[in-house]
Amino acid sequence: MRYLFEPGFFSSGPVHVAVTVGAVSALVSAFVGVFTVMRGQSFAGHALTDVATTGGSGAFFFNFSPLLGFLGAGVLGAGAMDLVGVERLRGRDIATGVVLGFATGLAALFLYLDATKNATTGVSQQILFGSIFTLNSSTIPLVVGMSVITLGVLALIYRPLLLSSISPDLAGARGIRVRLVGVLFMLTLAVAVGLSSIAIGSVLSTALLIGPAATALRVTKNLRAALVVAPILGVVATWLGVVLAYDSFYWFPSSQGLPVSFFIVTLIFLGYLVSGLPALRRRTSSPVATAPAREFKGVPV
Amino acid sequence: MFTSFMVNAWLIGSIVAVVAGIVGFFVVMRSSAFAAHAIPNGAFAGAAGANLVGINPLVGLGVFSLAAALGIATLSRRGRADAVTALALVMMLALGAAFLSQSTEYEPAIFSLLFGEILGVSTGQLWPVIALGAVCVVAVGVLYRPLLLTSIAPEIAAARGLRPERLEIIFLVVLACATTMTVPVVGALLIFTLMIGPPAAARCFSDRAPVAMGLSVLIGLLTIWGALACAYVTNWPVGFYVGSYSAAWFVIGRLFRAWRRAQGSRRARSGDLARENVLAGA
Amino acid sequence: MSGVASAPVLDVDEVSVSFGGRSILDHVSFAVHRGEFTGLIGSNGAGKTTLLRSILGLQRLEEGEIRVEGEPLSRHRHALGYVPQKVLLDPDIPLRARDFVALGLNANRYGFSRRTPAQRDRVEQILRDVDAERFADSRVGSLSGGEQQRVLIAHALVSEPTLLLLDEPLANLDPRSVQEIVALLHSVAKEHHVAVLLSAHEMNALLPVMDRIVYITNGRAASGTTEEVVRSDVLSALYGHHVDVLKLHGRVLVVAEPGQDDAEIPEHPTLTVN
Repeated sequence: MRYLFEPGFFSSGPVHVAVTVGAVSALVSAFVGVFTVMRGQSFAGHALTDVATTGGSGAFFFNFSPLLGFLGAGVLGAGAMDLVGVERLRGRDIATGVVLGFATGLAALFLYLDATKNATTGVSQQILFGSIFTLNSSTIPLVVGMSVITLGVLALIYRPLLLSSISPDLAGARGIRVRLVGVLFMLTLAVAVGLSSIAIGSVLSTALLIGPAATALRVTKNLRAALVVAPILGVVATWLGVVLAYDSFYWFPSSQGLPVSFFIVTLIFLGYLVSGLPALRRRTSSPVATAPAREFKGVPV
Repeated sequence: MFTSFMVNAWLIGSIVAVVAGIVGFFVVMRSSAFAAHAIPNGAFAGAAGANLVGINPLVGLGVFSLAAALGIATLSRRGRADAVTALALVMMLALGAAFLSQSTEYEPAIFSLLFGEILGVSTGQLWPVIALGAVCVVAVGVLYRPLLLTSIAPEIAAARGLRPERLEIIFLVVLACATTMTVPVVGALLIFTLMIGPPAAARCFSDRAPVAMGLSVLIGLLTIWGALACAYVTNWPVGFYVGSYSAAWFVIGRLFRAWRRAQGSRRARSGDLARENVLAGA
Repeated sequence: MSGVASAPVLDVDEVSVSFGGRSILDHVSFAVHRGEFTGLIGSNGAGKTTLLRSILGLQRLEEGEIRVEGEPLSRHRHALGYVPQKVLLDPDIPLRARDFVALGLNANRYGFSRRTPAQRDRVEQILRDVDAERFADSRVGSLSGGEQQRVLIAHALVSEPTLLLLDEPLANLDPRSVQEIVALLHSVAKEHHVAVLLSAHEMNALLPVMDRIVYITNGRAASGTTEEVVRSDVLSALYGHHVDVLKLHGRVLVVAEPGQDDAEIPEHPTLTVN
């Protein structure tokens, strides 16, 4: 145990914040991520992370908390994407790629302006790759608040969401407002992206959203089990990442240690690869990340 | 802005635009959006690694781009991409961030590798860039027709004895070369727009493939020149202008296409009307 | 036509193919001659696509041989023209129908040479033959199903093949286009003296023009003229259970006994869930 935790870990203030924010973000992201993967909306998830990049860097420039920027931009982006019906567009990869390119360019501008006008350092690394150790404890209430609301919404729409993900037509026939459920889900997705952005940076946030979810879906037999396993995987990866990052300050005497996000992403990636080992795979092949919802099997309705 | 140190920037920028226009033409036609994201991410990690180890960044860029390209080729042979590819994409970026964190210039290096820099390529790199560019252009030129057929109708191409899988690998390698020379100038996160925007716009202006490719190069040049000029004057990042101008051209292209289609249907309707009148009169 | 039998353009000789232990094609044999219109009729999963892919050299044979112009395919690839089943052509692709057809002449050539006048004339001629002139300058991806089919046929024909293979060309067409394409293919066979082999899961549209039929089910095939093949005794032997062949108003209906699965019979397409 002494080897795992370098001195001062448990008493360090920043570590407390990191562990709390990290855990909550990972939890929510994993939950939302399971639905995202099941509904085949990974594309939307990716797109929102780019939007979050712009939001975070813009917020920073205009002196708002980046968390607000991530969340706000995400929500606006989700709304816009839903309005335009972007996922069903022919040539959507190109169109969204170009529009998001503009958004990313804008992010570059904000980051540059922030570095020169406000003379803040390390903005890029903070927004893009996260710096969970430098988070203020004042972010915790907002993070926890948003998480509770998001999980609440998910709990509320759980059954309609499930049914409309598997078969929108059947759901509609049963009187479910498929459109409304879809929009609500997109909003939870936006919040999840925002939270994972604050934890590991907007550019890497997809890992926390998709990774544990995809891994869980590979090793479990049904959705309910995945919804339990995914958050566990996410939180474990996050906590372990925090520990390793803290320790890494002591490994390399000269530098500032390796980024937390690097550890978290690597752990998630390794976790997914390991889940591919034949012994662990409970379900037969299922290209989950891009599968249309209808292909998902074994979902209890 | 035409001082000696900028001349390099104009030269390299132009070469980059030409190559991006030509290679991007096929990226768009083959819908290789995924490869166009994955290879730059690998390039970023490679450049960061080179930065850390102290070798020529082009080498790092090249090696990792190539590895990413070949990785995609093998993955796609196993069937449609799944979560592993999305995670691998992100893993590359995280790796790059880790490499950069060990160097002293963490922040500026992140910025210039992700968003580009006017003088991203130094004078010493001019010849390697020209060589890479030449390889890309010659490869596409020689393989133009096979690439065209395999991109549009791979089954027909296979029946003719062309080998779509082989061409895909060759194309990915070309894309890796194009990425290697473009990332220093435009940045890993924005190279996508330069490779996609101008060609996607160009094909809105012409129905003919060679013309569309030429326009793709032209629009790419205009984009880069505009971006370099504005970046020089305002000191704002090149990537911001590249992203904005690419998007603008794309929008202009689509509006033009929509307008042309409206014209076409109006003419068709008036043609039908004329025909009906003739029949009615007869 | 002539009393002397000419050498077949395509000779499928006792071909067997299997994957994963399952037999897909079982000793299939038939031959196609120049100027003949042959229909490969079978329901989904009967083995039509596998057979076509075998002919194209894209599928390895367990047993048997396929000869084109009397020799292995690799020596005569240029003799084949192919129209695949689903070619998803995006209207954003900047390629005119005319240019797509021209690609049929030189897709294997390297480099950027200009089209020669002879090539240009050939393209014009083919476009006229398939009646595609009016939309020759439109983008391939913006054409309707029937129009695209004509362009694909032109592309396959422009290099003067002796054998034209089409994989379910009528599958997604409206009835009028079906008639037009069938008539077009018939004239291609007769006027261009090309062997036409097309697969379909419904034979009625082809009855008026088919010279020969290859009826395939569960990997086994019977070939000959429609009179020879589309009969109760022949088809019952092929299916392995009794089927009745009813001819009514120039149409054919193949019906299995009650209790047997009608799904194997081409005229009863199984509902596919997308």
